[in-house]
Amino acid sequence: MHETNKMTRSITERLPGGIPGGTTSLQPGALLQDRYSILKILGVGGMGSVYQARDMRFPNTAKYVAVKEIVNIADPGMRDMVTKIFEREANTLASLDHPAIPKIFDFFTHRDRSFLVMEFIDGRDLEAHLNDLAGMLPEASVIEWAIQLCDVLSYLHNHKDPENKVEPIVFRDLKPSNIMLDSQSRVRLIDFGIARGYSAGQRGTMIGTEGYSPPEQYRGEASPAGDIYALGATLHHLLTKQDPRLEPPFSFAERPIRKANPAATLELQVIVETSLNYNPGDRFQSAQAMKDALIGLRRRQSGQLAKGSTGTLATVQVPVSGGAKPAARGEVQPIWSFKCEDEVRGTPLIHNNAAFVGAYDNNLYAISLSEGKLLWKYATDGGLPGSPAAHQDLVVIGSEDRRLHVVSARTGRIQWSYYAEGPIRSTARIADGHVFFGADDNALHAVNLTNGRKAWRFQAAGPIRSRPCLGNDRVYFGCETGDMYGVDMRGEQRWRFKAKRGLTSSPIWHNNVIYVGCQDGMVYALDASSAYPIWRFRTQKPVISSPVLDGNLLFIGSSDNSLYAVDLRNGREAWHFETEGQVNSSPALSGDAVYVGSTDGAVYALESSTGRVRWKFQSGAPITSSPVVVNDVVYVGSFDHHLYALPA
Amino acid sequence: MANSLTRWVRDLFGGKDSSAEADAGATRPAPAVRMAPDSDSTQPLPELNDGPAPDTQPRPIWPPSNRRMLGVAQDVGRVRNHNEDTLMVFSGELGGLEPMPQFGLYVIADGMGGHSLGERASGVAARTITREVLAVLSPSLLARPDQDDIERPLLTDVMENALLRSNQAVHQHVPDGGTTLTAALVIGESIVIGHVGDSRAYFIHAGGCEQLTRDHSLVQRLKELGQITDEEAAVHPQRSVLYRAVGQGDGLEVDIISRRIEPGARLLLCSDGMWGLVPDHAILQIARNAAGPQEAATAMVEAANQAGGPDNISVVIVQFPG
Repeated sequence: MHETNKMTRSITERLPGGIPGGTTSLQPGALLQDRYSILKILGVGGMGSVYQARDMRFPNTAKYVAVKEIVNIADPGMRDMVTKIFEREANTLASLDHPAIPKIFDFFTHRDRSFLVMEFIDGRDLEAHLNDLAGMLPEASVIEWAIQLCDVLSYLHNHKDPENKVEPIVFRDLKPSNIMLDSQSRVRLIDFGIARGYSAGQRGTMIGTEGYSPPEQYRGEASPAGDIYALGATLHHLLTKQDPRLEPPFSFAERPIRKANPAATLELQVIVETSLNYNPGDRFQSAQAMKDALIGLRRRQSGQLAKGSTGTLATVQVPVSGGAKPAARGEVQPIWSFKCEDEVRGTPLIHNNAAFVGAYDNNLYAISLSEGKLLWKYATDGGLPGSPAAHQDLVVIGSEDRRLHVVSARTGRIQWSYYAEGPIRSTARIADGHVFFGADDNALHAVNLTNGRKAWRFQAAGPIRSRPCLGNDRVYFGCETGDMYGVDMRGEQRWRFKAKRGLTSSPIWHNNVIYVGCQDGMVYALDASSAYPIWRFRTQKPVISSPVLDGNLLFIGSSDNSLYAVDLRNGREAWHFETEGQVNSSPALSGDAVYVGSTDGAVYALESSTGRVRWKFQSGAPITSSPVVVNDVVYVGSFDHHLYALPA
Repeated sequence: MANSLTRWVRDLFGGKDSSAEADAGATRPAPAVRMAPDSDSTQPLPELNDGPAPDTQPRPIWPPSNRRMLGVAQDVGRVRNHNEDTLMVFSGELGGLEPMPQFGLYVIADGMGGHSLGERASGVAARTITREVLAVLSPSLLARPDQDDIERPLLTDVMENALLRSNQAVHQHVPDGGTTLTAALVIGESIVIGHVGDSRAYFIHAGGCEQLTRDHSLVQRLKELGQITDEEAAVHPQRSVLYRAVGQGDGLEVDIISRRIEPGARLLLCSDGMWGLVPDHAILQIARNAAGPQEAATAMVEAANQAGGPDNISVVIVQFPG
């Protein structure tokens, strides 16, 4: 090692201008210390440049070195102190001995510049390597580099001071551009803090964040755990090719590796995610622990290579934290079930301690909630695809026999009926003493609830099979031609909105917005006063299911087999859950769960915020009936003729 | 304790944690800089810094109106010599037997980039978004009332496309500049907000301010992760670092939020030259002391100036009928 205070040697080429803070680079041919001949600039940072130079002390061989220049912009009074600190740090660096750390040969200061002479690494940094790559990096290479990086971090974090006390060195700025791949494809760390870029004089709003640094670093905390985070961020970038400087800060958890790179194994993803936990205590507790996990993974992968397996999750050792618990998939037994004489396609109504449900055997059934026993049944002359509605002792249901039947909830005796001019497949809505329902006669009917007299009738463009909704003194409904209407309480049209296909899904009104599914595969949100569509959400197949809302989420099924949760504010997907059949059943909400049936014959209970399965109940035939949840019991009908009561 | 190899740099060159800035500069085109909101020149807010008063009985703000009313105020501030903010206001109403839904477009853009790039960027952005929105919406807004087959464009799409067009326009015409862009589109009883950057939209309720937009800033993310408090964020050395801005090229992700406009709602749009100096409780206090939206907007600009006025200040307030 050289003496550090020999600062008097001349720099052959005069430094430009002598302006403090001037960062003009040295020109090729410049000779430093009568020894280092500058060949070219390798890079320019805010603090000065990095050069490739030739060490002229070896005249007969081309010995190359890297020279880092640090322009000391402190005022002259401070400059001595800066220089001393530089020398202290340079001494520390020079004492390091690890294959991944370039050797320090020399350092010296001249006027406002300090120089660090170090091993020249012939290679490319990982960022350049990644950018030039057409596809993804092979996982095995990334694991190999990660192990080497853990090794050097472990070395730095266990660094001992001259008194042999552990004094960790925190690298602070691990990222692909600070990692070189040498000619043997081994990784080498460059740009130790001492020579790190600093751009002077920039203030004010800026675009672009560091991307790799842990959250706690912005509180001024630099610790070994921060280097582990930065390593995780680096690996995430290498595996996904998503540059974290172009993404929202700390958003790795929202961008799982396997989503961008399905070839990556779940095990590696878990290791990287562990190192990226926000809370330092939830990360690997040392670089060595992370290295051990990676070595274990490498061993398993090489062992499994012949089998072509991608490995299993169970063997990864990660710190225990409050992370995700495995989804409970308990078996669900019905509390009771009731058998009708034909398919139960409609949704049950829970009212006055009874379940009312229509079946394709033409009957409306009343079933006791406590035991699932028949209270009464009422026969119509047609199928009952819709669902009953109720008000006090009146239960209302439309039938394919073209009649709206109004019966006593207690006895099942007919109170009055009303004739439409076509089959009734719409579920009625009762409000303001009236029954509103659509029919295949293309009309929306408003009928007085007490006496069954027509209040008005609105002629639409096609059959109305959706259930109308009310809001702000208007009735809203869609029809099979794709027309959606806003009609006032006198039966006069206020607006019409045209979707591309039929509107069988029943709209809902919330906060002056109407939400409805459409057979064109969309879910629409419409401003109820102006009929302007606010957003639409695209599914892959027709939407028959009707939406329900909870907080900022809308839930709706699609015949593309999925149940979707959509952000109410912008129509963007929050999650979706795929079943094995069409989801034409409408979801039901209770507590923090959402329930839905599928034509795969199952009822699913999902966590409403995430879409994770709580339980699944398999019936004997497709389910298009929508579940209803009352007092922690889920009631749902099935094509297997049964009405089921399930524990929520 | 950890031996930090870079601390000396920060300690000696102003105690400023500079790593993010340095990186941004080193790895991509020079970052656009919105000059010098300097925390040193800020003073505590006179009379307004008593902390949020417990709102047992929310005091009324200015009186409701059966017409839409507007407050607009802008100032260069007390430190800078040019204005990089742009604000744009377009309101449309039609009286008569068959009124059209109320229409409004309110835009604030806060530009960044030296050498007048900031004001050019914010101006191009605000003009482009307004032109796009008006072009797409005017046919349906001004359709004959008896026309039954009005083609009404999807409002979130209108907003998103207009924002992306603004992004292209800034990228093309002011390549080294950038800007925040917060635009509120009002149709009927719906409001659709498009947002990139750290200008803000609020609803001012009697009981408090409800922030509708989320800042695309580093400190906002740190706050969401519980790493720093609101107080720490307000003075964080990197509080002006954005991770998203208009004019930064392809792949811009924009936030779109739709909400219902409640009768009598008060919408506030502002640049960080206002909200960065006047905390939410002070905004509410100003609203309570003002006789109307214009007076409130003027008072908010004045409050930001009293607090030092380190940055350009733009405020738009819309009072909805009811």
